Amino acid sequence: MSTLRSRTLIAFLLLATIVLTSCQQASGSKISASDAWGRSSPMMAQTGAMYVVIENQGNESDRLIGAASDAAKTVEVHESYMEGDMMKMRPVEGGLEIPAGGTVELKPGGYHIMLIDLVSPLEVGTKIKVTLKFEKAGDVPLEVEIREQ
Amino acid sequence: MNVEESTRAPKRPTWFFILWAVFSLFLLAGIVYLAWSLLNPYSFHGVVMQSPQKARDFTLTGHNGQPVSLKDYSGKIILIYFGYTTCPDVCPTTLADLHTARESLGQLGDQVQVFMVTVDPERDTQAVLADYMSHFDSSFIGLTGSPEQIAEVATYYGIYYERAEGNSTLGYLMDHTATVMAIDQDGYLRLVFPFGTAAQDIADDLNYLLER
Repeated sequence: MSTLRSRTLIAFLLLATIVLTSCQQASGSKISASDAWGRSSPMMAQTGAMYVVIENQGNESDRLIGAASDAAKTVEVHESYMEGDMMKMRPVEGGLEIPAGGTVELKPGGYHIMLIDLVSPLEVGTKIKVTLKFEKAGDVPLEVEIREQ
Repeated sequence: MNVEESTRAPKRPTWFFILWAVFSLFLLAGIVYLAWSLLNPYSFHGVVMQSPQKARDFTLTGHNGQPVSLKDYSGKIILIYFGYTTCPDVCPTTLADLHTARESLGQLGDQVQVFMVTVDPERDTQAVLADYMSHFDSSFIGLTGSPEQIAEVATYYGIYYERAEGNSTLGYLMDHTATVMAIDQDGYLRLVFPFGTAAQDIADDLNYLLER
């Protein structure tokens, strides 16, 4: 009798866990990051850039509001864009929106994570740690491979 | 009977017909190729410029302190880009692409000289430029000069740039035209590559100019 009861309890708990987990997945923002890479930097360069593909599988939009890294003193989210014939680069104001169910690709000549005041040059084959900060999803830590291009 | 037989052409060996067939096939292929290339001339990936005059020469200071003029490189294809070294996205992407394009030309790549004129001479000292350029390709040359000299060259080549006081920790940023200009071996401005032109497309265009 007691074994039956505890079995029922375990089954109930398992079911509850599954239901709760799936609820959590369905609501809010669910951020995943892939294909993170950074570009190798010249020896004297103050700045570097890294790129990543951010996917939001949740049903609420989120915002990339900042980032931090052990490789640079300051990390900012920037955007390069053409305005007429001019190529401009500006910090993204108010965070970069990652729409619900959407994917935002950070890539050369577009959105990028800018590493300012590099601790040391970014060398091909090494990896740096970068933490992306989202308004809702919180911190998403990344290992970023440094490549030539 | 005998008369009929004698008027018949002498029998030719089979190999003669095979040879003849192969020859006509080659001839046909040749005609088709010629017609095709006449109907489809090479079309450049870059924007083609029709300059009646040769590109105006200038002298700026190379990243090793040496004076650099266009005429020093006549006979080569010269690629000119205007950028700045604190730019971590667009400028490195362009320079890396130019390096890839030059590499893929193999030996012909030696006939291509890349210059980057800094639009930020205040921060881009010769040492910084030398380090930056050699990171991408040891043959690339960074050019600097007084703000007036740089402005004059940029204006002539239709390049705009201006300082943008942003709220980045980096301090000011530079807005600039991010095209690459190609001056051919005869000194004429021939092509303009917009930002984002694929390295292979640039290489194809340069290869065409070099092999003509």
